[in-house]
Amino acid sequence: MITLSKLAKTFQTKDGNVTAVDHVDLTIDKGEIFGIIGYSGAGKSTLIRLLNMLETPSSGEVTIADKNMNQLSKKELRQARQEMGMIFQHFNLLWSRTVADNIAFPLEVKGMPKAEQKKRVDELIKLVGLEGRGGSYPSQLSGGQKQRVGIARALANDPKVLLCDEATSALDPKTTDSILDLLVDINQKLNLTIVLITHEMHVIQKICHQVAVMENGLIVEQGPVLDVFKQPKENMTKEFVKQVTEPEETEEAIRHLFEKDGIGQILQLTFVGGDAKKPLMTDIVRKFDVSISILQGKISQTRNGPYGSLFVSINGERELIDEVIAFIREQQVEVEVVHGE
Amino acid sequence: MNRFILNTWLLPNVNWENMWQATEETIYMSLIALAFTFLFGILLGLILFLTDRGQLWQNKFIHAITAAYVNIFRSIPFIILIVLLIPFTRTLLGTMLGPSAALPALIIGAAPFYARMVEIALREIDKGVIEAAKSMGATNGQIILKVLIPESMPALVSGITVTAIALVSYTAMAGVIGAGGLGDLAYRDGFQRNNPDITLVATIVVLIIVFILQFIGDYLTNKLDKR
Ligand SMILES: Nc1ncnc2c1ncn2[C@@H]1O[C@H](COP(=O)(O)OP(=O)(O)OP(=O)(O)O)[C@@H](O)[C@H]1O
Ligand SMILES: [Mg+2]
Repeated sequence: MITLSKLAKTFQTKDGNVTAVDHVDLTIDKGEIFGIIGYSGAGKSTLIRLLNMLETPSSGEVTIADKNMNQLSKKELRQARQEMGMIFQHFNLLWSRTVADNIAFPLEVKGMPKAEQKKRVDELIKLVGLEGRGGSYPSQLSGGQKQRVGIARALANDPKVLLCDEATSALDPKTTDSILDLLVDINQKLNLTIVLITHEMHVIQKICHQVAVMENGLIVEQGPVLDVFKQPKENMTKEFVKQVTEPEETEEAIRHLFEKDGIGQILQLTFVGGDAKKPLMTDIVRKFDVSISILQGKISQTRNGPYGSLFVSINGERELIDEVIAFIREQQVEVEVVHGE
Repeated sequence: MNRFILNTWLLPNVNWENMWQATEETIYMSLIALAFTFLFGILLGLILFLTDRGQLWQNKFIHAITAAYVNIFRSIPFIILIVLLIPFTRTLLGTMLGPSAALPALIIGAAPFYARMVEIALREIDKGVIEAAKSMGATNGQIILKVLIPESMPALVSGITVTAIALVSYTAMAGVIGAGGLGDLAYRDGFQRNNPDITLVATIVVLIIVFILQFIGDYLTNKLDKR
């Protein structure tokens, strides 16, 4: 659906050249929710703006739905853009227009007859759950409602691709979740390809199929969300994964525990997919003469299945503990000794 | 002294017919000039904004020329501008008499003044909104008509209100070239013939016109502003 090859963008500034996107190769399949995560300044916005040519590439190619975006004439580019929707962190609604008229904007741009516009706008208002608010002005809406208008507007022309630039970064956690649910909903209903950039791993975990991690203009790691969660390779990715799997206090709390006696080794188990449902702890206590206490556990749902992490302390004979670790590994569960040798 | 004040307040010298005609002339000059100023001001303001760096029609050359024109004509004192434009007006209208003769100077003086306000109003628009319109495949024309102008409308209206009030005071000066109007009446019949009551009434009428303009302007600005 979307292919980027050796895509690069360098900005000329007074302080020299800034390479915001550095020879990125990427393939995004149809119907996928593809997340790009990175810290501020990584080049995420520049990358997503290159997709609809709001930024012209310095080199490389962007192909969307078999169209080479670089080679389109101005007119063809406008038509191609009508087939892509975009939503923004700060919504970018026209404050002088009502909700309904904002949603109608892309229809007017396309030249749809008035009567049809009205019908389409009504459908969209219903789709994003803003019934009865069509006559309000953006200033009368909450942030979450404004983003719903943004989404309805982006979907007006039945796009094949939806680009989201930090679509939830200006919203509180609860509103974020409701917007993410809406994105999943339209992804399924309309079989829409969604490219989403964010700096929150929570967003990736909750709705993305695929994730790419971006740093200094480069994609440093990429893959299905669950795989990346299971075995993050780069340090940066590990940091992001920690954002959702491990509450910040965990390490600190465990360190405190060690100051007391009587705690043996601490293991971190990572369950992925169906593993999370196995009665692993029960099996261990039945099979081995060790005592186990659970320190902390967390399970998160991703689009490709559940992902859980569990911190346990284990007491018993040294050899027994090694056997236990080997047993856990046999069950295809990742295990890491976080304390004790 | 008492007699003077009494005489003034009883308005013995005011010829109401002349006063009404002068009022009509002032309103005529102001409104026609205002309409053209609005048109040219928006045009010039749009050119200034759109040809600037990083904008839709980025063009150094046109930007520099427009900016120079606007700056020069905004800086020339109006009374001098009128005199400078006498030959131009004469070729354009064939006469220097009557309120229409003041129009070219009024428009040429006020349009650059308004153009700067238009440019400022356009700059206030969030860049993200223009970007959103682009991302939806809007043409430059659509961006101008559907985004730039509607989004800056309250500022455009409050700007034209300020300009309208400036225009009313310009019309008073236009009396110098025989254009008529309240300023002319106040100066010639009031001041030169020593009829302070005429000056007083003319001033009050000008004030009333200004207040009405300000009221309409404020009302429209508030009504349009949905932010
Ligand atoms: N128009 C521009 N001119 C010059 N430099 C730019 C421009 N746009 C972006 N940059 C530079 O490119 C780099 C990447 O910026 P970009 O906005 O893509 O980052 P980002 O990952 O979206 O960050 P954030 O999470 O803060 O939005 C930054 O160093 C930025 O300064
Ligand atoms: Mg950004």
